[in-house]
Amino acid sequence: MGELRAKWKVNMYAWLLLLPSLIFLLLFTFYPVWQTVILSFHQADLGSPEPFFNGVDNYKQMLEDDVFWKVLTNNLWFALGTVPTSVALALGMALFANKALRGKSFVRTAYFYPTVVPMIAVANIWLFIYTPEYGALSHVMEWLGKGDINWLGDQANVMWAMIFMVIWKEAGYFMIFYLAGLQNISQELYESAAMEGASAWTVFRRVTFPLLMPTTMFVSIIAFTNSFKLVDHLVIMTKGGPDNASNLLLYYIYETAFSFWDQGMASALTIVMVVLLLAVAAVQFFGLDKKIHYN
Amino acid sequence: MARKITTVGMYVLAVLWLFPLLWVLWTSLRPRELATSWTLSADFTLANFAKVWDAAPFAQYYFNTFLIVAGVLIAQMITATLAAYAFAKLRFWGRDVLFVLFLVQLMVPADILIFPNYNVLRDLALLDTKIGIMLPYFASAFGVFLLRQTFKTIPHELEEAARMEGCSWLQILWRVYVPLARPTYIAFGLVSVSYHWNNFMWPLIVTNSVENRALTVGLAIFAQSFETGAQWAEVSAATMMVIFPLLLAFLLFQRQFINSFIHSGVK
Repeated sequence: MGELRAKWKVNMYAWLLLLPSLIFLLLFTFYPVWQTVILSFHQADLGSPEPFFNGVDNYKQMLEDDVFWKVLTNNLWFALGTVPTSVALALGMALFANKALRGKSFVRTAYFYPTVVPMIAVANIWLFIYTPEYGALSHVMEWLGKGDINWLGDQANVMWAMIFMVIWKEAGYFMIFYLAGLQNISQELYESAAMEGASAWTVFRRVTFPLLMPTTMFVSIIAFTNSFKLVDHLVIMTKGGPDNASNLLLYYIYETAFSFWDQGMASALTIVMVVLLLAVAAVQFFGLDKKIHYN
Repeated sequence: MARKITTVGMYVLAVLWLFPLLWVLWTSLRPRELATSWTLSADFTLANFAKVWDAAPFAQYYFNTFLIVAGVLIAQMITATLAAYAFAKLRFWGRDVLFVLFLVQLMVPADILIFPNYNVLRDLALLDTKIGIMLPYFASAFGVFLLRQTFKTIPHELEEAARMEGCSWLQILWRVYVPLARPTYIAFGLVSVSYHWNNFMWPLIVTNSVENRALTVGLAIFAQSFETGAQWAEVSAATMMVIFPLLLAFLLFQRQFINSFIHSGVK
């Protein structure tokens, strides 16, 4: 009897301790997602004073919407352009910054500082860099004797400009995780590799890289999620243009919800976003993660 | 030879990485008419900063951001500490289910839910308030997991000893666990502060008055009020003003900063 009471007491305490977090979690993650699912099956725009049920019309309309497909493919290209490069660069930075060398902390600082600069400030700075005629890049092009390029005004270039900027912003952040990973690798492994006379490249390929696999996985997931989250710069730099060439899913949701006030469609788009991110999480959780940790 | 090339290459990369900051700093200190030209001269001025400070209510923006960042941090510390203790040290009904629910928040952060959370805030009649900006971030699954890992490493004997002395559960939490987890709190604090100092989209959507606007939103409005590149010097000065506090903190506490991020990344 006493044991049961003690158990009950622990349960009550645990739930009370979790309650504050749970309230906010329910209020700002689960309830909104639920409401969004419902609203996504309704017509709720400026033309409908009261939202009414319209089944899967929003989703149908979405599939026929060229901008939606454009934005989704843009986002995938954006991910493909930023994730592997910034992760690889971060690994290189970490390998370099981890060694005892002159100016180590200077190098680390230089790589890392973009992390603490707000994206909106990054957008201002890079806008100046990319501006034709006056921008820093123009000066460089002129100096190299090359013609001027309109980086943000040209559909063919704008995505590259964004990808480069985001790599600059993120690589140093990911470097930190690799630095941590490197510190966890036992020094003995390197010593025995040195005894066997393994070359630097072999050591990297056979020891360092495989042992950093969990870090690579972790960083890639963050980088992928970020490629859907980072949209602040679009407000300042391009507004998604020219002709949606730099538009991304979250910015399109923002436009649909707060410029066009089409709430049903904004909800359907939000659901696509949530499903996409949860799918990535599921892949990590059930597939890749296990393979990497238990081999 | 190959090693030398790599070394030089990595130093070049560091300079390349520093360039945007140095350039915006340089531009912000130049007289207006020289801002876009690359002529070297000894002309430097602080006039741009003075002008920007007068042109927009940056003092108010600073104050707002400061309040938002501090408010979020305090609330997160409290909610995360309580939840982390429960997950780390107690066995209770529904623990696994709750744990998964917390995990979901990691994958679907509030930043993605801009539209639905706007609706929640509207229903709560909290649009255009500072508390409205803060509220969605009061619970942090990230903070909970971070602290949970740390609490797990604290031996149970310490808790027993404290209980022998007649401490209640909350007292144990406050006197044993919180002090021992100090490095984790600092790590989480730095990550949280830099995140919320830099946050833009959410405050942009929620606020429309000067009294509640965050620094980042103020900067965006200021930058967009110029049509051409004619005011580059001013916009650069405003940009410097927004990034300066965090950058300074980072340079001063560089080691702790980087260690914090390392710490939070591993756990």
